[in-house]
Amino acid sequence: MPNSGPTVLTNIRVDLQLVADLVENNSRVLDIGCDDGQLLYHLVHEKQVDGRGIEISHAGVSACAKKGLSVIQGDAETDLSDYPSGIFDYVILSQTLQAVREPRFVLEQLMRIGRYAIVSFPNFGHWRIRAHFALKGVLPNTVTLPHPWYETPNFHLCTIRDFFKLCEIMDLKIEKMIAVNAQGQALYSPTLRWANLIGEQAVFLLSPQVCSTPK
Amino acid sequence: MVQPLTQSQPPDGSSLSADASGDIPDAHPGKSLTLQTALPLDCGIAMEAVTIAYQTYGCLNAEKNNAILLCHALTGDHFAADPHPVTGKPGWWSNLIGPGKLLDTEKYFLICSNVLGGCMGSTGPSEINPETGKSYGTDFPGITIADMVRAQARLIDALGIDQLFAVIGGSMGGMQVLQWAASYPERVFAAAAIASAARHSSQNIAFHEVGRQAIMADPDWCDGNYALEGKRPVRGLAVARMTAHITYLSEAALHRKFGRRLQDRHDVTFGFDADFQVESYLRHQGFSFTDRFDANSYLYITRAMDYFDLAKDYGGVLANAFYGTKTRFLLASFTSDWLFPTSESRAIVHALNSVAAPVTFVEIETDKGHDSFLLDEPEFHETLEGFLAGSAYLKGLEISPKMAD
Repeated sequence: MPNSGPTVLTNIRVDLQLVADLVENNSRVLDIGCDDGQLLYHLVHEKQVDGRGIEISHAGVSACAKKGLSVIQGDAETDLSDYPSGIFDYVILSQTLQAVREPRFVLEQLMRIGRYAIVSFPNFGHWRIRAHFALKGVLPNTVTLPHPWYETPNFHLCTIRDFFKLCEIMDLKIEKMIAVNAQGQALYSPTLRWANLIGEQAVFLLSPQVCSTPK
Repeated sequence: MVQPLTQSQPPDGSSLSADASGDIPDAHPGKSLTLQTALPLDCGIAMEAVTIAYQTYGCLNAEKNNAILLCHALTGDHFAADPHPVTGKPGWWSNLIGPGKLLDTEKYFLICSNVLGGCMGSTGPSEINPETGKSYGTDFPGITIADMVRAQARLIDALGIDQLFAVIGGSMGGMQVLQWAASYPERVFAAAAIASAARHSSQNIAFHEVGRQAIMADPDWCDGNYALEGKRPVRGLAVARMTAHITYLSEAALHRKFGRRLQDRHDVTFGFDADFQVESYLRHQGFSFTDRFDANSYLYITRAMDYFDLAKDYGGVLANAFYGTKTRFLLASFTSDWLFPTSESRAIVHALNSVAAPVTFVEIETDKGHDSFLLDEPEFHETLEGFLAGSAYLKGLEISPKMAD
């Protein structure tokens, strides 16, 4: 039986493409909250990665399994501690950090099991949110944050600057920071201040701080 | 080890017969292999002249990399796809096996063997002990899941196959799958353990004990020597099956099927006849089972399941059983399965994660209980199909699985 090779994929969501571009070919990847496996499938077939996924929803896991992906039903807070340290090259956490109970613990786990972590989240520092809050005095309702406060799954919202601070506290090296619009397109953002204003979302590529100063 | 497959003379010199017509007059249909060298068992005995009855579907390709071993459950056998020679009923996975089906016989070479200790042609307590010329009865040595797998590995050797593309099984079949992955990691490319566990729980042992006690309480069991006495403990075996059958279903499924409906009567009879449909159903299930199953086989195989505790053989840590594995795994459980609940599959997933093995795990929503793995469960079937397609892609057997849902 000849191997006819993978079917060529042309379209994945722009925001996923942005993440995919950060991943090196032939690496080992864990995608946490991999949804229906669109990114993971792309990485496995286009970048020949050894890909794994964790997904909380039954429909998502099922969709992944049907695509032949190695994905387990589970969640970031309970299942990460099983994995041995340094086993993955990249651990991806898309749009999930703000919805976990202990973001710092989860981030620690990401850095423990992966050489790099790719983390994306909605930016609470975006100018429209600031303006909305300042002028109307109510919590914002935007494309990236569509839920009213009483039923939002996002109970640890932060700004790009907040996340920067956490990385500093945790001694993490920010390899790359990309401010992104609601559609997932990268925006030109030369400074942190600017990124925090115009980014509706952010994508970070992190690694453990290699040359940290002795304490 | 890779040698041309010959029906008459396998590489290890074992005798391999193509079908029923052969030396043994009452042999079952299907193929069989008699091992020429002793099979070492966990109990310490080396068993001579072990026969393995098996069936195959599809063709082994030239590269010998398209073979799938199907492992049957407690009361199953190697007739996975064809009508059962005793009951005439369709094979237990006939819905999945065939040209163009999920287990595509145009693509894969499927092998299914009757387990060691079984009663459909493989060496078991009802077969003749060559040393005494009489049936083994309870002189048959105690067996384990690992023994069953060791026997299967000999069959795979004889078929000239180095590595199985996949080993698939549900329930006790899933235990064999896990044992295969642990004992022969380099010989299993993909492993699918459905509705299974890495150890038999206390509750499961308890149910098996009820079944065994029912058999042994039947006077026709004759201390296991019923074959010599010309008897069969059908009542005991039927009760064992009735008990077990309840554990394969769920309360919701039973209620939907029978409710409190009465059997061919308008009112209760104030007697112990089968007033309720569910009683009548269970009696039928119990007694029809005795047509095709041997009571001593039931004792031995349930015992093998009870003894199964994969972690125990690896220093009490399940993950050690899979350390360094390259095998891809699929674990699937069913929400209403209370015999092999999701927590058991999840424990295996945790162990596999801790050795960073590639694993897919899905809990399928259904109210049909443990038996779901044998039934029409589209969600499960699509998952298994995706897993096989993904594995086949990585193995270079076929193009990538569909992107579309």
